Amino acid sequence: MSVPGLPSLEVTSTPARQQHAAVRPWRDIRVLRLVTQVAVLLAVGIGIGFLANNLTSAMADRNLTFGYGFLGQRAGFEIGDSPVPYSANDTYGQAFLVGVLNTIFLSVVGMVLATAFGIVLGVARLSPNWLLSRVVSGYVEIIRNTPLLLQLFVIYFVVLVQLPPVQDSISVGGVVFLNQRGLFVPAPQVSSTLVQWLAIVVVATALAIAGRMLGSHLEKDGRRNPLSRHAGRISALAVLVVAIGAWVLLPETPLRFDLPIAGRFNFSGGLALSTAFTAILVGLVLYTAAFIAEVIRGGIQAVSRGQVEAAHALGLSDADTLRLVVFPQALRIIVPPLTSQYLNLAKNSSLAIAVGYPDLFKVGTTMANQTGQPISVIVLVMGTYLAISLATSLLMNLYNRRVQVLER
Amino acid sequence: MTTDVLAPPSTDLRPAAWLRKNLFSSVASSLVTLLIGALLLWLAINIGQWALTEARWDVVSRNLRLFLIGQYPADQAWRLWLSLLVLSVLAGMSAGLFGHTIRVLAVSVSAIQGLLAAMMLVSPVGPLITVGMLANAVMVWAGWVVGVRRLVPRRAVVVAWLISIPVIYMLISGFATQIPDVSTNLWGGLLLTILLAVVGILLSFPLGVLLALGRRSSLPAIRIVSTAYIEIIRGVPLVTILFMADVMLPFFLPGEVRIDRVIRAMGGITLFSAAYVAENVRGGLQAIPTGQIEAAQALGLHSWQMNLFIVLPQALRSVIPANVGLFISLLKDTTLVAIIGLAELLGIGQSILAQPASLGAHLEVFTFVGVIFFVLCYAMSQASYRLERQLGVGTR
Repeated sequence: MSVPGLPSLEVTSTPARQQHAAVRPWRDIRVLRLVTQVAVLLAVGIGIGFLANNLTSAMADRNLTFGYGFLGQRAGFEIGDSPVPYSANDTYGQAFLVGVLNTIFLSVVGMVLATAFGIVLGVARLSPNWLLSRVVSGYVEIIRNTPLLLQLFVIYFVVLVQLPPVQDSISVGGVVFLNQRGLFVPAPQVSSTLVQWLAIVVVATALAIAGRMLGSHLEKDGRRNPLSRHAGRISALAVLVVAIGAWVLLPETPLRFDLPIAGRFNFSGGLALSTAFTAILVGLVLYTAAFIAEVIRGGIQAVSRGQVEAAHALGLSDADTLRLVVFPQALRIIVPPLTSQYLNLAKNSSLAIAVGYPDLFKVGTTMANQTGQPISVIVLVMGTYLAISLATSLLMNLYNRRVQVLER
Repeated sequence: MTTDVLAPPSTDLRPAAWLRKNLFSSVASSLVTLLIGALLLWLAINIGQWALTEARWDVVSRNLRLFLIGQYPADQAWRLWLSLLVLSVLAGMSAGLFGHTIRVLAVSVSAIQGLLAAMMLVSPVGPLITVGMLANAVMVWAGWVVGVRRLVPRRAVVVAWLISIPVIYMLISGFATQIPDVSTNLWGGLLLTILLAVVGILLSFPLGVLLALGRRSSLPAIRIVSTAYIEIIRGVPLVTILFMADVMLPFFLPGEVRIDRVIRAMGGITLFSAAYVAENVRGGLQAIPTGQIEAAQALGLHSWQMNLFIVLPQALRSVIPANVGLFISLLKDTTLVAIIGLAELLGIGQSILAQPASLGAHLEVFTFVGVIFFVLCYAMSQASYRLERQLGVGTR
């Protein structure tokens, strides 16, 4: 195609192509990109090869082999705390599983408690009461500016060793007991009717939501009745009534709590949490809560005042302003840094070794020492931590996406 | 025509009004105030009583030398004091030259030294060291006067910092016949804590910048390698990396190469924090407007020229506060080397607690260690906060 008055495209493109071909290879961006990448990959490969070569020769010198055959062998060491039945006669694989479960249990309980405590602290930090906000900010500064390991030592060596013996346990409402042997809390006992109860509640909730949707559909058509104004509250109340009714009427209570009972020398029943677990849990919660408090405070403060004023101008109550305007917006800012606090908590749980709680890392070091397979074990341990971190950030990213959808 | 200008109404509240507004605004608020007030009073009485009458502070003062420098030989300790003197003067001069942000740091350096000198009065380290410490605290102010009068150019101080760090490291570890080697397993206490943190952050910085550039590279191979490194390191706890460095590293090196434990720990910390530095720097890189990059390309700059002269100067400036935060957490994390058996501040505290004479003095030792960490970290976080406002991060 040629346009009169303009040189045709074919004519201009031919010299351009020649020019292109004339670019020397060491100045050609495509060649350069390829060469750079190959060089980097080669350097990384040579580095890894060098280390691997040293590793194989060092292991050959020490008569070691790389492999996971030891996982099926008898472990031969006891583990103090275990959520599943375990004895020294079990295999290394089972011992490792106990460590993994302990780390997950510690992290999950820690995340829940740290979030709850962190929200309380973060809100208290913003209190109009000067003394309260000063005291909380003092707490946050002290916790954030001293090492976690030091705090764990203080909790373990200073606070917990001063706990009273079993006979003089500190009791909280007669259901939670704290003494030298650890923390005794009510143990949830699942009975066969729990599934039925959950099913009933789920169906009731689904019906209530369906009813609400129908109600708002009718409202849209203009058929508004006095009931629809309170539809939300009424349906919530209905679900509550059904849930309580089912709880009472089912032949067996769905979930009972087995209370710890003081015996002569120790407690029977309930859930016994060891001193080591109490120390690491309390340490992680106090530490992470201080960071979460700052995240919460930052999130709430980041919602502009105009939003609150606009909500008030629209006639929303204080509670509705908080629930419908401030909180959804603050949540968007809070979730990403909260995720990294959760990740930190999961990683910091490896400090359990300092107080002797048998988490993933502690079981791993014991296994590394006993099996003579340190490389295999540490790869397994690091891989597991990586998996936990990835799973945490995956879940939080899914949640984050849900929160962010609210944005326009 | 003159108009009488009325002063704006005073916003200062009189004490009674202030109390009513901030402490007793409602029934609930009054209750909270009273409750917390009572709690604080109870705590103050108990802590005061313990600190003044029951606490055995002699455990700390007797072992002050161990806390500060570990097993570093006493006849070689002058090398440390000399290093400290250089750092004090430099810190003072920088404070005078660069203004109020660094002044926070210099004031706290001086305050810590004054505090330590006061503690040395009651500890058996000798009058010479006490006076030396006090002189150091004063030298910070002398340096400040020199700086604030502009007696030295800024550039000279920056160069002096850059030179002083490797020189001080050599001075501490030893380099000639007159200055014999001091084996790193004798390093300990606060000395080791600070060395681990400073060496860790300084070495991890260039590595982190490279990783950050690599992660944003348009070359897939480089991007994948950098991203994999960053994400793997950030996904595992520091203890596992220290364990790896302590127990595994000998496996990965040729048989004749021996690296001592402190250096191995430094390596582990460096590799660990490089991934975090990289993520900070990436944040700075992403904050640079595309216009800057397009302008650089339009001027015909090479990609390395663009990075070196256009992108990095702006990116690194904006991530200084985040990196100070990273340094604070690194300083706290150095305590983890106590788990692999090195005698940094907390580790030496534990070995002091194992002495028969210090049995049961946990709280005294931990309080001392905690106060040192708190002062260092708090001063840095305040400096970083001021720096953030000074640089106007987030407001431009």
